[in-house]
Order: sequence, then structure tokens, then C-alpha cells
Amino acid sequence: MPMNFSSIKQTWFSNIRGDLLAGIVVALALIPEAIAFSIIAGVDPKVGLYASFSICVIIAFAGGRPGMISAATGAMALVMVTLVKEHGLQYLLAATVLTGVLQILAGVLKLGALMRFVSRSVITGFVNALAILIFMAQLPELTNVSWVVYAMTAAGLAIIYGFPYITKAIPSPLVTIVVLTAISMAMGLDIRTVGDMGELPSSLPVFLLPDVPLNLETLKIIFPYAVTLAVVGLLESMMTASIVDDLTDTPSNKNRECMGQGVANIATGFIGGMAGCAMIGQSVINVKSGGRSRLSTLSAGVILLLMVVFLGRWVSQIPMAALVAVMIMVSIGTFSWDSVRKLREHPPSSSIVMIATVVVTVSTHDLAKGVFVGVLLSGIFFAHKVGRVLRVDSASEDGGNTRVYRVVGQVFFASSEAFIAGFDFKEVVPKVQIDVSRAHFWDITGVSALDKAVLKFRREGTEVEVIGMNEASATLVDRFAIHDKPGAVEQLMH
Amino acid sequence: MNKVYACIDGLKTSTAVIDWAAWSANRLGVPLELLHVLERDPDSTAVTDFSGAIGLGAQEMLLQQLSDLDAQRGKLAQEAGRQMLASAQARATALGVQQVDGRMRHGDFVDTVTELEPDARLFVLGEHYQATAGSRLHLDHHLERVIRAVKRPVLVATAEHFLPPERFVLAYDGSPTALKMAETVARSPMLKGLPALVAMCAADTPAAHAQLGVAKGLLEEAGFAVEATLLPGDPDNTLPQLPQLQGAALLVMGAYGHSRIRHLVIGSTTTTLLRMSKVPVLVMR
Repeated sequence: MPMNFSSIKQTWFSNIRGDLLAGIVVALALIPEAIAFSIIAGVDPKVGLYASFSICVIIAFAGGRPGMISAATGAMALVMVTLVKEHGLQYLLAATVLTGVLQILAGVLKLGALMRFVSRSVITGFVNALAILIFMAQLPELTNVSWVVYAMTAAGLAIIYGFPYITKAIPSPLVTIVVLTAISMAMGLDIRTVGDMGELPSSLPVFLLPDVPLNLETLKIIFPYAVTLAVVGLLESMMTASIVDDLTDTPSNKNRECMGQGVANIATGFIGGMAGCAMIGQSVINVKSGGRSRLSTLSAGVILLLMVVFLGRWVSQIPMAALVAVMIMVSIGTFSWDSVRKLREHPPSSSIVMIATVVVTVSTHDLAKGVFVGVLLSGIFFAHKVGRVLRVDSASEDGGNTRVYRVVGQVFFASSEAFIAGFDFKEVVPKVQIDVSRAHFWDITGVSALDKAVLKFRREGTEVEVIGMNEASATLVDRFAIHDKPGAVEQLMH
Repeated sequence: MNKVYACIDGLKTSTAVIDWAAWSANRLGVPLELLHVLERDPDSTAVTDFSGAIGLGAQEMLLQQLSDLDAQRGKLAQEAGRQMLASAQARATALGVQQVDGRMRHGDFVDTVTELEPDARLFVLGEHYQATAGSRLHLDHHLERVIRAVKRPVLVATAEHFLPPERFVLAYDGSPTALKMAETVARSPMLKGLPALVAMCAADTPAAHAQLGVAKGLLEEAGFAVEATLLPGDPDNTLPQLPQLQGAALLVMGAYGHSRIRHLVIGSTTTTLLRMSKVPVLVMR
């Protein structure tokens, strides 16, 4: 569809009041998150805040999913920890730019379509692992501290979940932050504040080139991180996009989203921000607050920057306990509660895939590895299940002189052993017929299993005849490429 | 390419749209299909939770809440649409159309129309420029977007009561597109037998007269009673004032010949004429 005036109106100005209000709510929730994720990554809060501003604003224009919020995220921050620790901020900025380039490439190559191989269980596992990791990242703030911090955090959580019962007109995380900051300042409490964690933005961001040598050595350092960042960023963005699709019952353009994420990360790297992606929790908050169009994303980014730059003095006074409370809320809200409740209802293989994704991710702190294991496991489970759809029947004919085997089902790597086991090689008959006209041979392993069976019979001195090989091998779709011809499905289902 | 699609929305032009569509279907001798598109109205989503707090199962609960809201609204819209289509069908049948079908689709209006285009001979739409409520403004864009999107002719009915047209005016500018349009009109059974006026806004030059003559000749050859006139000035202002374009008449014109950039800078004759015309307009590509 051409981008004309009306669709601009639809994706930008169809819901102005709701979008602006939701934008404010989201901006307020983004500030503590951006600071917290900067701390996870080991950089100054301003790196995450600049990133959240720039990603939010650019995605509003370049993204493919109106109403989705992208900014500096925990998933990405977790990936970059060692890079920052070993090589410093400048290499992170260079990696951010490279991440963007890779994501644009993914969009151009339409890799968004690969998401269909990531099953529902893997997605749920990813989301749950993310929630657990965000929660775990708060623990350093809660260990070896005075009881005041615990009290503050508990009070913060009480306000966050209790205040909405009084009114839903004001964001309760904001109330938490304001109240706890006021208490801490008034009583002169000696607890850690945001200001202790590093530099806050004092001006609008400016364009700067990452200060790294442009050579192969640099590329060697940043490339592995950039690949992981690109994969994790796209995974979370695609997942969030489909969550927002479901919530709003509207479609999104996944490839445009890939490229939009890329553009946003490139620009972010050049203004001194860390790589980011779409955020599940914030997008849910946005939709819940009435945000639907690109305007809510844009306003969230702009309001975020204005508040941080002009209220920076106050922001630095926010006690870390308040941020921890907000982040615990985010991790609880991100967690897929349904997946735990229905763990027993779901098929065991799905639950195993979900749990494996969570376990691998949490133990390696790398969402990409978790998803890889999840996808691998779901592939193996699927192959195992389909492999069971195979039956070899036999009947004696021609007065006991011929044994007829009828093979029905799928013959491929996972079922070739069961296929061989279906034949009785010990039986002494002069002639064997193998009817494979209702079997499907999917790969070389399946075909060689048949060869093996034929050979075994021959070696016993039995005459073998294979019936219906043409129909059966028609399923070797790779070779004959019949899958795109009309009637292919009927032919496969014969 | 064998149906007349009447796009009805329940606003005040719908009756005129049904009447014009029935008249066209009868003239063309093709079936009539009544189309009602259920569009999602994003600003009607009423969630007033600015608490920004998300707890356990926030996503599932929000999905439940939003889909419940949509389900209620969707049911009402479906019921209203069904009733509207039923009464429209009855009206079209009473007007003597042999085959009338109703069809309701979810989705974007322009996308739906584009999907149905291969089947269509003609689309009939209502214009809503007179609509006062701000929320209806976007329907104007529907009209413009449909005319830009589809290659089939579009008949834009005005809110006035339907009068069987007694004559039609062909807005002609001498361009190849306009010539093709004249040829299509000459071939089609839709306007057969109606007196025609070929109007051209141009300076009084022999070249202009010659161009006008070509169009006139084309229609005369096809058996139309044709007059031709050369008007001074600008089509936007002159054409709607023509005495032949008052009352029971139809304006036939081409659509959006110029680039979008030119449209942005100096405006589009098509859009202006659609807005200014007091009689229904048949827009052809």
C-alpha cells in the first residue's frame, strides 16, 4: 500500500489524546529502566538514557509496528556486559553501530520470516528468562545493604501495586519514585542514589564518532557481540511486535521493523547510546495506557529526554531502592504467568522446550544461546513425533511363497531405524514385495534405509520387488521441486 | 469484471448509493453486490488505565480485556451491518435488479475495495464532504484513496435524492487519457441514449476546437446526441456552474492525471471537482 496522506493520518494522528497520555506514562517508566539497564551493562546512566531517547524517536518513524516501544533494554544490556568490562564504552558504541548494520541487512534479506521456526514455547521461555534476568540484575543492589534499602524497596513495591486501587490517573511507578526520593532527601538517608552510579545527561545528545581504531582488530572484537546483539534485538522486537499485534488486533510489517531497529541502533551508536530493541513490558504499558499509534512512541522518547535533561538534578537524587522496586515490577509484568500455570496442561515436550530455554538463558546470561537451544530442541521433538507416524504391515501371499510389506507413513532420519525394524529378515521366503506407494521418503537417510532393507533380503537369497517407488520418492521435494507446482499437496497426501 | 459494487456505510448518502448502483447495474446488465466494510476505529478503544503498573499475568489480562471490548463492539457492528445490507438488498431488488448480493468484510476499506477490483465493473461510493462531524472527515480520504487505488470507474453519488440522469457532461481536456475515456463511454451501455455535452476548458484556438471535434465525433459515431462547448477559464470553477450540470445530470471525468507532487503544490482538479460538483460524478481512469 502506498504511503499516502491517509495512512500517515492513521498511523500517527488517529488517537492523539490517548497517544500523548500513554507517551507520558511510558516516558516516566522508561527513565528508571534506562538507568537500571545502563547499570547492568556497566556504563553511565546517560548512555542508556540517550539510547532510549534516540531509539524511541527513530523507531516511531522507521519501525513497522505502530504503538510498540523500543529503547535500551535488559536483554541487550546483558549481552554487552563483558564487552564493556574488557574494552570500554567506545567499543560498545562501535558494536551498536555494527548491530544496526546487521539488522538492516536482516531486514533487506527478509529474515523476519525465519521467526516462524521459533515456536511458541521458545518465545515464552525467552520472555520468562528475560524476566528472571532482570530480577537477578537487581540483586546486587539488595545485598550487603542496610535495612533502610529493604524498607524502601518494600515500600516502593507497595506503592506501585497499591496506588492503582486509589487512582489510575497517575502512573504509580512515578508516585513511588517521587515519594521515595522525597523521603530519602528529607531524612538525609545515606543510601545509594542514581547520582552515585555515574554521569547523567546534562545536555541534548550530540553526534560523535566512536573513538576506536578502524581496523580488523576492532572488528574481531566487536563482531561477535554485534551478531548476538542483532539476533537478540530482532528476536525480542519480533516477539514484542506479535504481542502488540495480538493486543491491538492490527497487523505489523516485520521486515520494516527489522530495518527500523537497525536504523535506530546505528543512529544511537553515533550519539553515544547503547544498543536497544523493543521492550515487552513497556509496550504492554503503552497499550494499557491507550497508546496505539506512532505518536505515542515519539512522544515517549521526546518527553523522556526533556525530563532527564531539565530535571537531571532531581533524577540524580532518586534512591536506587526506588529503581529496584520499579524493575521488580517490570520483571513480574514481563513474566508469562500463563506458562507456569499451564505447565502441566501443555504437552511435556513443549514444557521441556520452554524450561530448557529458560535454564540455558539464565545460566549463560545469553538470550541468543537460550533461543538456539530451544529451537534445536523443538526441532528434535517435532522430528521425533513425526517419525512415529510410520507403520510397516506385512501379509503372506501366493500360498506362503511371497511376503508383502506395506509401508505407510514418513520415512526420514528420525524414523529410518523403525522402518528397518519393521522387516523380518530371518523369515525364509523366496519372494518379498515392499509396497512403498503410501510412504513418504523425505531425505537420503530414508532412501538408504530402503536400500539397506532390499540389500539385506537379497543377501539372504530372497528376490525383492519394490512397488510404488516413484510415488514415494516424489516426496523428496528438494530434488524434484514439486512443492511449488499445483496439486503438490494432493500428490504428497496420496 | 462483471459486477457493480455499491459501497454502503449507513451514512446519509447510502440510499443514493444504492439507487445509483441499481440504476447502473440495470443499464449494464450485470449483477449488483452491496459491500459493507467493518473498519476498526482506533480512537474508540476506551482504556483509561494510566497507572503504568504491570503485575503477574498483565499481558494475558490486558489481552482479555481488550478482546472483550472489541468482541462487544464487533457484535454490534455486525448486527447493524447485517440489517443495513438486508434493507439495501430489499431496496435494490425492488428497483428491478435481477441479482443482488450482500457482502460484509473486516479490514481497511481501501484494501478491501482493491481486493475486489478484479471482479468489479464499477464501484459506487457516497461522498461525505458535507458531513459536519469531525470524526467522519476520514471518509473523505477513503473516497480519494479509492479513486487513486482502483483502475475501474468509480461513481460518486451525492447526498441528494437519486434522479435518473437525463443528460451527462463529459469533462474533456484533449489529453490521451481523456480520449480513452471518451472511447470507453462510447462503447459502454451505461450512458447509451442520454444526450451528451462535451465540455472543454481551454483558450478559443483552432487546435482546441479540433480536439473537441474528435471527442464529439467519437460519441456521435456511437449513436449519442452530442453537443460540444469550449469554456473559458478554469475547470474547477466553470464546470460546476454549467446549466447542464444542475438537477438530473451526471458529470463524467478522468482521475488524477498529474503527479502527487503537482497535486501537493497546486491541488488536483479531480479533488476540487468532486467537492464542488452538485451532481454525481463518474470518475474514470
